[in-house]
Parts: sequence; structure tokens; C-alpha cells
Amino acid sequence: MGNVASINQTGTGIRLPNFCNLGVMLRSLVVVNILIAAGAVLRVPDLRAAAYEYMVMATFGEPILIASLVALCAARRWLHALGYAGSLAALLAFELALAWVIVYAVGDVFADRGMSFGRLAVLVLVVTGITLVYFDLRARALAPAIADARIQALQARIRPHFLYNSINAVLSLMRSEPRRAERALEDLADLFRVLMSENRTLAPIADEVELARQYLAIETLRLGEDRLRVSWNIEAMPGDALVPPLMLQPLVENAVYHGIEPSPEGGEVTIDVHRDGRQLVMALGNPVPAESRQSAGNRMAIANIRERLQLHFDAEASMRSEVSGGRYHVVIRMPYLTAAA
Amino acid sequence: MILAQAEVARILIADDEAPARQRLRDLLDEARERFPLAIVDEARNGREALEVLNREKVDIVLLDIRMPEIDGMEAARHIAGMPQPPAIIFTTAFDNYAIKAFEVNAIDYLLKPIRLERLVAALNKVRAAAPVSREALDAAANQPRRHLSVHERGKIHLVSVAEILYLRAELKYVTVRTAEREYLVEESLTHLEEEFAETFVRVHRNCLVARHAIAGFARNAEESESGWAVVIKATGEKLPVSRRQHHVVKQFR
Repeated sequence: MGNVASINQTGTGIRLPNFCNLGVMLRSLVVVNILIAAGAVLRVPDLRAAAYEYMVMATFGEPILIASLVALCAARRWLHALGYAGSLAALLAFELALAWVIVYAVGDVFADRGMSFGRLAVLVLVVTGITLVYFDLRARALAPAIADARIQALQARIRPHFLYNSINAVLSLMRSEPRRAERALEDLADLFRVLMSENRTLAPIADEVELARQYLAIETLRLGEDRLRVSWNIEAMPGDALVPPLMLQPLVENAVYHGIEPSPEGGEVTIDVHRDGRQLVMALGNPVPAESRQSAGNRMAIANIRERLQLHFDAEASMRSEVSGGRYHVVIRMPYLTAAA
Repeated sequence: MILAQAEVARILIADDEAPARQRLRDLLDEARERFPLAIVDEARNGREALEVLNREKVDIVLLDIRMPEIDGMEAARHIAGMPQPPAIIFTTAFDNYAIKAFEVNAIDYLLKPIRLERLVAALNKVRAAAPVSREALDAAANQPRRHLSVHERGKIHLVSVAEILYLRAELKYVTVRTAEREYLVEESLTHLEEEFAETFVRVHRNCLVARHAIAGFARNAEESESGWAVVIKATGEKLPVSRRQHHVVKQFR
């Protein structure tokens, strides 16, 4: 039994969520306000009075909520070093101090309704506790989903079709162009090293671009340079930006599989990566062949990437896809993160 | 077709990837000692393969499944309708569905990367066996064809399904009507109705009309038992709607 307890207490258990994340902030605002509203409804006999009561409680509660969110985001690194219990103590101390200041500064702002420090302190403790429990439960609920998504991602990442066709292409080069065959095998090895590795953390975009290049080198060998044309637009790419691993390559693979292979003439795949303020933008384009038949598989790969984006960034990343002018476009926007920040 | 032993087998390679065609050429060159053969030509998709077959005498086609425009599966179904079809050996890197279907219907295939021994074994096998039946290929395919094949004077002519206005059964044949002209195909209207259920709707015991070709409906008391006729876009023809298919009129109006 002792063992079990110690496992639960190890670092991977409870952790504060990242309060700099827009989704976490929005969730906190919603949860806290629902709790304040519930408290207001319970405190007064009828619903009409509840609106006024809600306003009274929000006047005292809201500044504490917003200040806490800002503090949690700003002091994230420091809190992380303190551990969960330490952070919790620091947070509550901060909130109670704030509550004390507010009660003494504006405690008598409503003529008919006072707010004592004791009442506000209980409110703060209960609401903070419930909100953190909510985030903990949410993290626990999502943990298996993350593992599942990873497995799913592994399966969707590379089509077996690609592996066998590539080996076949390399075999054809062995006799006539041994040097090119060597290079292709090296690319294939690099590609599979990354594909087989356990990648949970974010990776530099420059690595992702290199991986996509190696993938495209193999595909070009197979399909020929006149059928698969690639246009890179990455001069303005911040190479240090961190992105979820293996997101670009599957998108490129999708573009080749659905946009180039079904057409005898082939076409151009465009890849554009740039920074837009505090966001990193990845945009891919490929032609839509007249009689494309694999739309179901395409939707699955796109849904897979969308899910992984959501797991990493919640509401702060977006993915849009559309068909216009005979071309299929995917645009992904995600927060611009670097290892230093 | 069944070849006599020692006769030189004329082979066509069909694959959209140049390295894959090169690889087959290398292997066939090595197989030559054990299996007398000649490489007739190469094709980059199903359409090119059918063009070669119209031009040259071919005994065996090495046919990749995944090709642009007309894939191997569809090309094989057109080939099977020829009076003296060549033997077909499918090649594929990975296609779960097709492989299962081939196993069920006893159709020969080779997995890429292809080994010399397997290639020679497959060549020997198809030389000894009867060609795969059209029925087996239809059963193995999971998608409707994009074309119907018209066999005129020993040549295959393809009619795009998208261009067909209507199909009408008459005695042994089915008349295929496009905006330009009519063709005769040797297929059953019932099979066509099943295969192209999304494209065509039955208006009469002997007639399927393309949904996109319906301009409207007109009263036609004399000729049609339901009192209605379907008006075809592009040609303006009026085809009788039978009493049993009268619901089609309501569905489209």
C-alpha cells in the first residue's frame, strides 16, 4: 500500500495547468463565474434578487480571479519549482491577501450589502479548490486520450504503401545509380528513426522541415521531378519555433497522396511557414485532381492532426482547410513558442 | 490466353512510377533464361495500357493497381471483356482491400518489392491457367468503373460514365447514349444499375437515365403507360416512364 501512495505522489501526478494558455484562462473564468452564480442563487430566496447578489459577489470575486490568473501565468516558472503543494499555498496566500485588501478598500461600496473578510475568504478558498480539482480531473480524463491520440497518430503517420513503394524504388536504383540508392536509404533511415521514436515534446520547426524534405526526396525519386514539384516558401520561417512533432510530414504526405499521385501530370505542392506576430503559420497547398477518390482517408488524417493540435494548444491553435481555385489549402496557426521563452 | 510451352511471352508493364517499371524490366531480363519473354512496351496508367493492347499483341500484363486516371482494377475489367484477353498479374505495394479481394477471387498478384522467384512462378502460373473472369474482377473491385468499354473490331474504346446520358437495353446489347453518339456494349442492364446506382436511375424496365441528364418530365399519354416521359438534356429526347417507375417523376419534380 505504501508503494501505491508514493507512486501517486510522484511528479507526474497533480500539476497546475498552464495558465498562460488561452483555453485554461477561459475555462477558469467560466468555472469561477458559474460557482459565483450558484453561490448567489443559494444565498437569496428568489431568482430576481440573485442577479443583484451575483453582481455583489462578482465585484469582490472578479478582481481576485483576474489577478490570480495573471499571477499564475507570470509566475509559472517559479511556481513550477515550488511543486504543487507549494504553489497551492502561495496561490491561496496571494488570494487571501488580495481579499483582505479588497474588503478594506471597497468593502462598503454597496450600501445594503456588506462583504466581510471571513465570507470572502471562504468563497475564495472554496472556488479556488473546486477550480483546481476541475483542472486535475480534466487532466486525468485527457491523459488516456493523449496516449490514444499518439497511437492513432503513429498509425496514421506513414502509409505502409509508402514504405514498400520506397523500397521498391531504391531496389530499382541499386544497379544503375548506386549513389542515389545510398542517399535514398539514408533518407529513409532518418525518416523512420524519427517516426519510431517516442516524441511527446515539441520539436524545432527546422527539424520538422528537414524531415519533410527527406520525405519529399524519396517521393520525388518514386514519382519523378516532373510529376512532383515542390515549392518551399520558408525564408521568413523562425527556425527556433517549437511545434508538435510530426505534424508537417503527414500534411506533406497527404498532399502527395491525394494531390499528386492520382493525376498523371502531377502538380505542385506548396509549403509556406512564417511567423505572424505571436503566431506561427504553416500553410500547405496541393492541386485537387479531377477525379480524386480518397476523400475519406484524407479527412481521417486531417482530423488526427486537428486533435493533436488541440491536445497541445487547446483553443490557441487553429486549423482551416478549404478548396479554392482547383487547389486544396490547409492553414495551421499555433502559438509561436521557443525553447528560451 | 494459354500459351504453348517455349513460345515467347509478350509482356506489357503498366506502372505509374518509373523506378517500379525499371525494376520490373531488370527482373524480367533475369527471368528470360527460365521463361522466354519479350517486353512489348510500358504504360504509365490504365488508359495507356489499353492503348498498347489496341496496338500490339500482348500475352501477359503486369498491372499496378494504384495508378492515376484509370487504375489497374478498372483496366483489368476492360481487358477481361476483350475477345482474346491477355493474362493479368496485378502488382501492388500495399492494399489491404485489394489483397483480400484477390485471395477470395483467386486472382494472381505480386507484392512489391517483387522477388525474381515469385515473378517467375507467377508467369508460369498464368501461362498455364485460363484468364481471370470478368465476374471475378467485378467481385474484387470495390468501386464502380469510370468508363464503359466498347469493343469495336477487336479494339477497346472507352466511354466516360460521366458523359453517358442514358442506357437502354435492346435484346442482347445495351445502347449507351452520349451527347455525340451511340455505342453498343455487351453488359446486363441489371448489373449496370447495381454498379452505377449513384449515377443512374431506372425509369423503365429497359432504361436507366443519368440523374444529371434529366432536364424534366413531360406528359406523354400515348406512348407511356404512366402518362409521363423523361426529357433528356442536350438531346431533348423523350423516354417513356413506366408505371412501376412513376415514383421517379415525383422524386425529381
